[in-house]
Order: sequence, then C-alpha cells, then structure tokens
Amino acid sequence: MSQAASADPPAADVRVQTPAIEARSLSLFYGSFRALKDVDVAVPRREITALIGPSGCGKSTLLRVFNRMNDLVRGVRIEGSVLVDGRDIYRPDADLIALRKRVGMVFQRPNPFPISVFQNVAYGPAIHGMASNAELEEAVERNLRATGLWDDLKDRLRVPALSLPPEQQQRLCLSRLLAVEPDVLLMDEPCSTLDPIATARIEELLFELKKNYTIVIVTHNMQQAARVSSRAGFMLLGDLVEFGATEGLFTNPRDQRTQDYITGRFG
Amino acid sequence: MSRRAAESAIEAVIRVSASLAIVGLVLIFVFIGKEALPVLLSQEVRQEAGLSRLFLPQSPEPSEPKEFAWQPISAIPKYSLLPLLTGTIKATVVALLFALPLALGAAVFSSEFAPSWLREIIKPSIELLAGIPSVVLGFFALMVMATYIQDLLGLDYRLNAINAGIALGLAVIPIVFTVAEDALTAVPQSYREGSIALGATPWQTAWRVVLPAAFPGIFAACVLGFGRAIGETMIVLMASGNAAVLSLSPTDPLRTLSATIAAELGEVVHGSPHYHVLFFIGTLLFLFTFATNLLGQAFVERLKQRLSGSRL
Ligand SMILES: Nc1ncnc2c1ncn2[C@@H]1O[C@H](COP(=O)(O)OP(=O)(O)OP(=O)(O)O)[C@@H](O)[C@H]1O
Ligand SMILES: [Mg+2]
Repeated sequence: MSQAASADPPAADVRVQTPAIEARSLSLFYGSFRALKDVDVAVPRREITALIGPSGCGKSTLLRVFNRMNDLVRGVRIEGSVLVDGRDIYRPDADLIALRKRVGMVFQRPNPFPISVFQNVAYGPAIHGMASNAELEEAVERNLRATGLWDDLKDRLRVPALSLPPEQQQRLCLSRLLAVEPDVLLMDEPCSTLDPIATARIEELLFELKKNYTIVIVTHNMQQAARVSSRAGFMLLGDLVEFGATEGLFTNPRDQRTQDYITGRFG
Repeated sequence: MSRRAAESAIEAVIRVSASLAIVGLVLIFVFIGKEALPVLLSQEVRQEAGLSRLFLPQSPEPSEPKEFAWQPISAIPKYSLLPLLTGTIKATVVALLFALPLALGAAVFSSEFAPSWLREIIKPSIELLAGIPSVVLGFFALMVMATYIQDLLGLDYRLNAINAGIALGLAVIPIVFTVAEDALTAVPQSYREGSIALGATPWQTAWRVVLPAAFPGIFAACVLGFGRAIGETMIVLMASGNAAVLSLSPTDPLRTLSATIAAELGEVVHGSPHYHVLFFIGTLLFLFTFATNLLGQAFVERLKQRLSGSRL
C-alpha cells in the first residue's frame, strides 16, 4: 500500500528533498583489496539510475552496499558513509531488517524460492507479520498484477515457482520484492539471463514502476542503460568516473575514459 | 594402447565392479532367503515354527494361557517374534527420538549459523563419532551410561530401552548429521540472499527457505538413520539387557531382531527349526531395510522433482 501512500507525498516531506540514497567518500575493501574508491553519489527519487562499466569494476559491490548485502561476505570493510533517506545505514544501531525492507534487491539470476508461486509472493509479508489469509491473498494478487503476472498465473498460484520460464521467474522475484513494500529497488543485471523480447518487456515494466519507486539498475548493456535510465554512472576499477544525466553521459561525456568506454574502445 | 581403447577398458572395469556389487547383494539375499524358506515350506519346520507360531499367541499346554514368548531352547521351544519386533521398534524409536533432533539441530546450526572456524570443529568432531566401533559405544552404554540413566530417572533396571536407544542414537547421529549437513550446504546461496534481501532474519531464512529447499536430502538422512538404527547389533546386544519380554515400556529391558541373530546363530543346531527361524529373521530385516530405502528414495525423487518444478 505504500505505493498509494507514497505516490503523492506531502510537499513538506523532507524525503522529497533529500536523495533516496547518498554515498559520501565511500570506499569498500574485500580484505585488503579496495573494490570501491572514494565514491560520491546521490541517487534521486522516483527515477531510474543506471550503473555501467566493464566487468569487475565494482557495480555489484556498490549496489550491494546500499542494502548492506555485503555484510554476508566475510572480511568486508567500509570507509565513508552511506545515507538512505538521510540516515547513515552503517551507524552502529542501524536496523538491517528495516533497511532491507525499504531497499530491496532483484538479482542477476532469477532466484525464486523452491516453493509455490503464491508462497513466494506471500513470503515477505508473512515474515514481516502479515498473518491473515485474506490479506496475504490480496497482497499476492496486487503484487502479481504490478508485474503483469496475474492474468497468466491466477489459476496456477500453487505451481512451483521454479517451473516458470525465466522471464516469469524474474517478474515473480520482482513481485516478491514489491510485496514487502520497499521504496528503492536495486537491480543487478536483471535481464542478463533473459532473451531480447523478455528484456524489452521487463524494461517496459521498469518504466511503469519508476512512478512509484526509486530504481538503481546495474547493466552491462549500454543500450539498455540509455533506454531506461535518466541518470547514469560510469564505473572503472572501483572509481565512479562520471555520474550525471544519462543523455549527457552518452552524448557528451566529460571524461575521456567514459568516452572510450561508450564508443567501445574497451570493456 | 590408444586413448580410446584405454577409456573403454576403464569403463568396462567400472561396469564390472558395479555389476559385482549388485550381484553380491542378490546373492546375499538368495542365500539368506534359501535358509529361511523352510519356515514357509518344510512340513517338519512348520510344525514347530510355522508362521502362526511366529506371529500368533501360543499356549504350550492347552491348560496354560496363551502368550507371546521367544524361548527357542526351552523344553517346548517357543518362537514368537513379537517380543523381538517390539524390542526392535522400541530401540529404534528411542534412538531416533534422541538422535534426529540433535543431529538435525547440529546440521542446521553448522550450515546456517556457525562461523566458519566453529564449523571446522563441529563437522569433524561429529564425523569422528561415526568412526567409533559400535562395540565401544556398547561398552560405554553398558558400563557407564546405564548407571547414570538409572540414577537420574530412578529406574528398576539398569539396562532398558532408554539406555539402548540413546546408545544407538549415538551411532545414528553422525550419519544423519553428515547427510543433512550436506543437503543444507547444497542449497544455493542465492536462496539465502533472496530471503535476507527481503528483510528476513537468518532464523526465518533457515526455517522457511533453506530447510524446505533441503527437505529431500534431510528426509534421506532420516531414512539412512532409521536403517542404521534398525540394523545395528552390537550396541543393542550390550546395552539393552537382552531380555525378550513383550513390553511397550521404555524402562523395560528388550531384545532386538538383530541381537537375537548375533547371540544365537553361533550355537544353534545346523538345520534345526531354530536355525531356519534365525534366517527368517535375517530375511525380514533385509526386506525391511531394503523396502525403507527404496520407498525413501522414491519419495525423495518425487520431492526433488516437485521442488524443481519438473513435475507438478
Ligand atoms: N566476495 C569478494 N571477495 C573478494 N573480492 C571480491 C568479492 N566480490 C567481488 N570482488 C572483487 O571486487 C571487484 C568488483 O566486483 P563486482 O562484482 O562488484 O564487479 P561488477 O562490476 O559487478 O562486475 P560484473 O560486471 O562482472 O558483475 C572485482 O575485482 C571482484 O573480483
Ligand atoms: Mg556484477
């Protein structure tokens, strides 16, 4: 329901002024390896922000900082600060569960749980305390509709999620995420395992979703970044080399390295 | 020799050894079964130890009440299998009640919650338990554990189903733990990440995502544990009191099918009804474990297919 509630927030809401996510001189170390170097970035609300760059430059790492999924990796260390809605998410008393509810993630390979379609979507609401069947059914329907799956699956809610084709699995993962009512959707190459037609349909869905959500998408595919995003950042070897309006970054990059990358000289 | 020829030679060797294993299994069954058959077929054996004598209540003298008794070497031999069957079931049930929660709990803890240095300690220690000879476990249960359990629970008998079952459980734990832990660690990390990223706690993730995903393997672990419990001989022989009494109470002594074979086959008169009954018991045990494993495996296959979606 947060879609409806947050669709037209009160004008005085400070959250409209502050960026959804902000990183300040953020560095990240895997052991002694510095995977992010002094990254400064501000992700605007209700827009699609794309992160591009060659393999291994740190796109996934940066994305996984935003909901602290990096905590699962041993030996990770952070310097600098990361603010979500103006609050430092690495402060000692940060509530990880609340953070991950607010900043959700869709992964590169669709990873629905090996349970039914219904159970997948109901999982989030259920673990966050929704108990009544009627409410869960309503949440499942609403979030399957939001990703365009409802008409296909409404009679097959009990089938195993893993029996669906990849595109539907990825949509299901998105439904599962939307069901916990996040504000921010982090997507790590969500289309890289899909065919071009499925990719185009997912992109349409992203346009639909950005009305209500802040979206950060990592992609290898520069056409995709150009098509869907309004902001884009180019990363190289842990540096955020350039960040700004997508149009400017692709037509008139300020940095030579960005120029080289988008014209295909490396990567 | 060309590489092709070498490869097909190796393949042939592997195929032969695989078939030998199956042939061996069949031969074991044939030989045990052959010695058991007189219980069903031979007029002479059936007179003394036919199926009705094995399974129905008998009264040696018409004046005495009917009873279930295993007394194969008394003046009038009695061959009721009921005391042995209940003894086996009792020991197995106690063993599983004791071992499954511990083994599965340890497996979940080790795969989901323990930091990796702790896992490096837990896993080998429990697996070491599997290497302890069962006679040592039996000895321990007989000499040490029995006294403590008797004092703790204030029991009449030192050796009883609880004592035997717990000792048996010690042998079951490493098998169940190892197989279950493997099943849990084989659950793709992406499921855990998916769940954590939705704001689930590690507990919720383990309970609601990882366990269901690993359920086929965990079920298989339980079936293996059951097979071990029902077939194990030395521990129950030493720790159970070995009295063939028909009782459902866990505080009474018991005697199992397997311990009966072990204790009596050495002394039995070759070719006597008693001899054939012991083989009949062996055949029962064989069929029992075989059927459990087969059913367990079929069930596991179905579950796997259902989870992966290749079957609805
Ligand atoms: N868990 C880890 N431990 C150590 N190093 C890591 C770990 N994860 C990533 N790295 C390293 O950090 C760097 C950035 O990795 P990251 O996965 O963020 O790159 P990426 O831009 O997402 O690449 P790709 O496009 O291939 O997904 C790489 O050099 C990688 O080898
Ligand atoms: Mg990546």
